[in-house]
Amino acid sequence: MTDDLYKLTLTEAVRFAGENSAAPLLDALRDRVAAVNPKINAILRFDPKRVIQADPRETVSTGLNGVPVAIKDNICIDGVETTCASKILKGHIPPYHAAVIQKILASGGTLFGQCNMDEFAFGSSSETSAYGLVRNPWNTECVPGGSSGGSAAAVASDMAFAALGSDTGGSIRQPAAFCGVVGLKPTYGRVSRYGLIAFGSSFDQIGPLTKNVEDAALLMNVIAGHDPMDSTSVNVPVPDYVKGLKRDVKGLRIGLPEEFFIEGLDGEIEKSVRQAAETLKRLGAEIKTIQLPHTPQSVAVYYIVAVAEASSNLGRFDGVRYGFRADTRDLKDMYLQTREQGFGAEAKRRILLGTFVLSSGYYDAYYLKGQKVRTLIRHDFAKAFEEVDLILSPTAPTAAFKIGEKTDPLSMYLSDIFTIPANLAGVPAISLPCGVTSEGLPIGLQLMGRHFEEETLLRAAYTFEKEIQLKQKPQVVSAG
Amino acid sequence: MSFEIEKIAQLARIKLSEEETQKLGSDLNAILQYIEQLGRIPTDGVEPTSHVFNLENVFRKDEVKPVNVRDKALEHAPLRESFFFKVPKVVDKES
Repeated sequence: MTDDLYKLTLTEAVRFAGENSAAPLLDALRDRVAAVNPKINAILRFDPKRVIQADPRETVSTGLNGVPVAIKDNICIDGVETTCASKILKGHIPPYHAAVIQKILASGGTLFGQCNMDEFAFGSSSETSAYGLVRNPWNTECVPGGSSGGSAAAVASDMAFAALGSDTGGSIRQPAAFCGVVGLKPTYGRVSRYGLIAFGSSFDQIGPLTKNVEDAALLMNVIAGHDPMDSTSVNVPVPDYVKGLKRDVKGLRIGLPEEFFIEGLDGEIEKSVRQAAETLKRLGAEIKTIQLPHTPQSVAVYYIVAVAEASSNLGRFDGVRYGFRADTRDLKDMYLQTREQGFGAEAKRRILLGTFVLSSGYYDAYYLKGQKVRTLIRHDFAKAFEEVDLILSPTAPTAAFKIGEKTDPLSMYLSDIFTIPANLAGVPAISLPCGVTSEGLPIGLQLMGRHFEEETLLRAAYTFEKEIQLKQKPQVVSAG
Repeated sequence: MSFEIEKIAQLARIKLSEEETQKLGSDLNAILQYIEQLGRIPTDGVEPTSHVFNLENVFRKDEVKPVNVRDKALEHAPLRESFFFKVPKVVDKES
């Protein structure tokens, strides 16, 4: 039994640690990471000798019983190198904990692994990391998705009981779909962004990647809530998400948006997702077709507004204060060369695009226009949520693609077409496994809900998960 | 609209190699062409969204709290002198 401890879910691990101790769990993960990570590269930094826990002088609840949570490398941990998988932040050691880190530690959780990702969360495949790409545990020739690909792959291959990721345009949900795990992007403002190294400040949300829906609810109980340090976090009461889990979708109205079932959607994925809708119908939900008319514009809006915010947020990485600095005699050359050598190609592409759409003469035509169409997309959702309680769709148009397959940036951007709308509207959304393709890759089902109705999302996801009981496991896991 | 990559790279303070200028320039032109589809969407009278909840004036009490980040932040500075981040000379003597 003790050999298999790494296979436990977060909920099981917390129970085990409560009855015994967390030490055997930590040992099991150490061995698991040593055996599996060289094949996957999901964990960037892992110090088995240094388990981070709450300051003993602070009041700590024993909720998590010392069980560790893996953390995406863009979430600041006090005293531990945090790089956003970028060369420009090599050697950057934050002087404070992100709010979610404080919360995990205050709930009795621990930390010892930081997850690989696309550089600055710019990507959908985790190929843009400056520290080597991440491989999909189901098929190591495939990408794990991105940008939280390391978090998703670590959870899928049992190198972590659960992980935190961040989602700006799908960066939790799409890798969750590609790796066959559960990923929740909370409502914008539900979880504090304090200490999350910013990409698109009006989109970014931290959320859980877990082995099942119950674990996502458990982790949400730990991380959700208002934070005075994040002026965009919203002060609304946080329910007990675990208590809210029931197998019941009777009378729930679920909409399938016409615009999501389009050309380019893989046939097997469409079939599996429509089958999921049928399953929910059989369990008592009401299924209807709805419209989100501006869906085709969402990628364009996102690649204006999010890159504008990114170019502004990344202005601070200039060699003065953090991490890497190019050695020059002149200050301006220091900026130019630090940024030339420190940023990878995708980061440069987005900074340049963002700088362009904000530049004098183009601001109205691009940035302002993008913000206006974003309003229309928000209105689409508001209207849809008058008719239905949840929106159901595929998480991504295809299953995990091959490493190196998408060389054209635009085709990579378009792979996020189904996840971006929830970020534009700020609504919560979850991805959970609903099947496996004939090639043996997992398929993700996405549910989107009204603002702050994570509880409804989790309940529907829980009901579905318990009903279908998927048994397939990734290759690297079955191989042991 | 075509992307004036050299000018934008200067504004963004990123030096680009010849090869990068070519490659990123052509990528960005293609992306720009794609996002120009928004021009066809009527938005007269539509308010822009900068934040999904339109929160305004979020205040908290202006209280003094002890923080110790100064020394910790400086500890890993690329270059420092006493309490300062040190940078190369801004103004050249000759100019």
